[in-house]
Amino acid sequence: MTDLRKVNIDGAELEVPGDYTLMQACEQAGAEIPRFCYHERLSVAGNCRMCLVEWVGAPKPQASCALQIKDLRPNRDGSCANILTNSPTVKKAREGVMEFLLINHPLDCPICDQGGECDLQDQAMGYGRVGSRFDMNKRAVDDKYMGPLVATVMTRCIQCTRCVRFITEVAGVSEIGLASRGEDAEITTYLEKSLTSEMSGNIIDLCPVGALTSKPYAFNARPWELEPTESIDVMDAVGSNIRIDSRGGRVLRIVPVINDDINEEWISDKTRFVWDGLGRQRLDRPYVRKNGQLVPVSWDEALAVVAGKLGGDPESIAAIAGDLACTESMKALNDLMDGLGVKSIDCRQDGAPLGETVVGGGRQEYLMNTTIAGIEQADALLIVGSNVRHEAPLVNARIRKTWIHKDLEIGMVGVPYDLTYDYGHLGETAAELETLLKSTKGFARKLKSAKNPMILIGQGALARKDGAKILRLCGKVADKFGMVREGWNGWNVLHTAAARVAGLDMGFVPGKGGRDLAGILAGAKDGSVKTIYNLGADEIAEDLFGEAFVIYQGSHGDRGAHRADVILPGAAYTEKDALWVNTEGRVQMGFAAVPPKGDAKTDWKIIRALSELCKRTLPYDDIEALRKKLFADHPTFAGLNYAPGANMGAEGAADFAPAKLGAAGKPLKAPLKSGVGDFYFTNPVARASRVMAQCSQECGGNASLSEVRT
Amino acid sequence: MSARRLAKDQPDSFVLSAASKKEIAVWIKKYPKGRQASALIPGLWIVQKQAGGWLPAPALEAIAAHLDMPYIRVYEVATFYTMFNLAPVGEHHVQLCGTTPCWLRGAGDLKKVCESKIGPKGSVSADGKFSWIEVECLGACANAPMIQISNADGDGYYEDLTTENLEVLLDDLAAGRKVKPGPQNARHTSEPETGATTLNTKGFYNKVKKKKLPNTSKTKAGAK
Repeated sequence: MTDLRKVNIDGAELEVPGDYTLMQACEQAGAEIPRFCYHERLSVAGNCRMCLVEWVGAPKPQASCALQIKDLRPNRDGSCANILTNSPTVKKAREGVMEFLLINHPLDCPICDQGGECDLQDQAMGYGRVGSRFDMNKRAVDDKYMGPLVATVMTRCIQCTRCVRFITEVAGVSEIGLASRGEDAEITTYLEKSLTSEMSGNIIDLCPVGALTSKPYAFNARPWELEPTESIDVMDAVGSNIRIDSRGGRVLRIVPVINDDINEEWISDKTRFVWDGLGRQRLDRPYVRKNGQLVPVSWDEALAVVAGKLGGDPESIAAIAGDLACTESMKALNDLMDGLGVKSIDCRQDGAPLGETVVGGGRQEYLMNTTIAGIEQADALLIVGSNVRHEAPLVNARIRKTWIHKDLEIGMVGVPYDLTYDYGHLGETAAELETLLKSTKGFARKLKSAKNPMILIGQGALARKDGAKILRLCGKVADKFGMVREGWNGWNVLHTAAARVAGLDMGFVPGKGGRDLAGILAGAKDGSVKTIYNLGADEIAEDLFGEAFVIYQGSHGDRGAHRADVILPGAAYTEKDALWVNTEGRVQMGFAAVPPKGDAKTDWKIIRALSELCKRTLPYDDIEALRKKLFADHPTFAGLNYAPGANMGAEGAADFAPAKLGAAGKPLKAPLKSGVGDFYFTNPVARASRVMAQCSQECGGNASLSEVRT
Repeated sequence: MSARRLAKDQPDSFVLSAASKKEIAVWIKKYPKGRQASALIPGLWIVQKQAGGWLPAPALEAIAAHLDMPYIRVYEVATFYTMFNLAPVGEHHVQLCGTTPCWLRGAGDLKKVCESKIGPKGSVSADGKFSWIEVECLGACANAPMIQISNADGDGYYEDLTTENLEVLLDDLAAGRKVKPGPQNARHTSEPETGATTLNTKGFYNKVKKKKLPNTSKTKAGAK
């Protein structure tokens, strides 16, 4: 078992594991240790010296972040080592370190964006001495260019190297370094090139001073003016926990909230910087197309037009839910369509054949059953048709973490992308899966001998004509290599749309005799589908809707709104209380940080109002009643923050037979490509954001970011 | 000293020569497989020699690619060590020691010679033959003052300098004459100027010579 050691901290003896650092032990003893360079999710550097403590008997104070408990020698009389965290020596040492740090630190806090949330500021108050004995000129350092997201004021840098370690270890791109030496040491990217990481924004949070700050947020607000709202991100299907900081009805920034099961302490750049898209291209009033022109109208008029159209033959009506639709709005639309007798509904705007052939396990078919934290238990991973790095940067970070710290064997079928870790490339086409089934050598052997093998299937592999066949092949692979069994479920579908799993969970798929997405669009073309209710589906080309009458409900004037005949302005994800289900099947609750723009309304309320005009009044008047009905109809939604596969629970894995999913048949020869083209443009909010456009341009759009390895 | 940066004007490309690759391979072999990055510092030396005494950006990228390292890691090392020149140097790159022992023995006067013969510190002479910089102790204090001259022939120490013999030395190099590294006065290595005063008994080592050392190989001993 664990090697427990005794240590005496500030006069109290305690027992901690031998591989704890002194800092961890001190924290366990309740002592506060100041630090700059140490970060619990990065490697230990030990270069700031702020965490010095006294080891009684040792000639010098010790850096507590870099000293392990097992390396402490007992005292001469055999008693355990005495550590003091509050002695005069420690106070003097910390004051000395702080004085040195401040020698070359500009005292420009009044014009620094970090002011109010600055580690150096806080710790100078707590551990510094009054005044400085340094009366010479301070050092000045040239600012560096790091791309459109990270602003630099390098004179403020205290060389803690957290950014270097994050970019190298977590983001995996090795682009920041500490150049030169001594007094001239400076943090820089190679030849001041822009960072190409999709997680680079995290170095802004990591920087303990104001050297790296957010460029888009520069000089916008002080932290104490902001109103924080903890919520859920919808840029991908990971469901990162975020804090939305707003002031006066405007979202001013988004920062991560720690959740070890999902995003740890990081978020992707799209999550962090998309907020400027929330104020652009917004639909803030209803529109109706008259004589080919969208004309602003009142809510009453718009709803009356829609109700009139929905009164037609249910066979000729269809509904599509998009990637950013919240659970509540989909539930309301689902119920309304039920009431109207409409069966052609679909939440899969990419056309992936999921949620149809429910065999055995039910929702396990389309979930990431291993869970994100569960990746750390896996020892072999097969990626099928996914650029994980751009489809779910935090899942990719977790894979990289496991790949670094444990023996994770990774294989890939599909177009090879740069995923920041090494993998064996088995081939580009689905035929490689068949080869793998027959093979006993190479990666097949590794899969066979693995204890906890997993498969990760991207939407790019499923959202194609032969998707069902590929699903079956993947199922066979999972079956053959024992990926699904009691106590371990290695079947993982990686979603890219925040709304998808909720839609599938509530059955927002065609009813008996209903049309699926392809059927709806075909019907729109030949005229058999006359009215389409489009709930924020913006990834469908405008001309595919044919002559149909399109009712668009959404927050942004994007593709969907351009083609619409009626526009019902809804709320963006920061403007409504909503449930979101991530790719693991984890239900999380998001909260409104700001009110909807202009005349826009919360989405489910629009549908509720519409139902009254359609004479099919929905049986809920507030969100609580709606959720109550949702939980009653679909109990999975009631388990908040719970993922069915968490902690290797693999709920129901024993009854799940992946080999029966999808359809039999030979897949096409086309290579398996990721469903995400340009990482920065995957949804209407991102497309409205100027910052995202800059990022896309800086990284050469698709070309360099999703660079194909040779 | 100010922050070290890469030169403004950079060549378009740099290709590692076969000879350089061969030399680097020797160093890579000294480390376990997958640790080829450990050969970076000798690698940079070799590349610097090939590129004419300095490290252009394409050369850094070439060695990075050769050792399978990110560019920034190579950049960090190249900017850390002052022996790697990041800007073009003259054909003969003079590194003048200015640390205390050399300074006490007249390095200050040598600086003036360099300034008049070559130009201001850090510059390259108009004909491209010379450049000079001041460096910290090169560990030849017994023969202070001294300079190191790096050129195509290698890196040589030129010791026991005076303003006169430094001028002669630089003139010889400028004229393309061969120069002899080591003390520039009559001294043999770091013996006293008047000749060795100790350990000069004739035949002192003869007895020792006969004794076979345990690591002497048989063939070698037999050949002698």
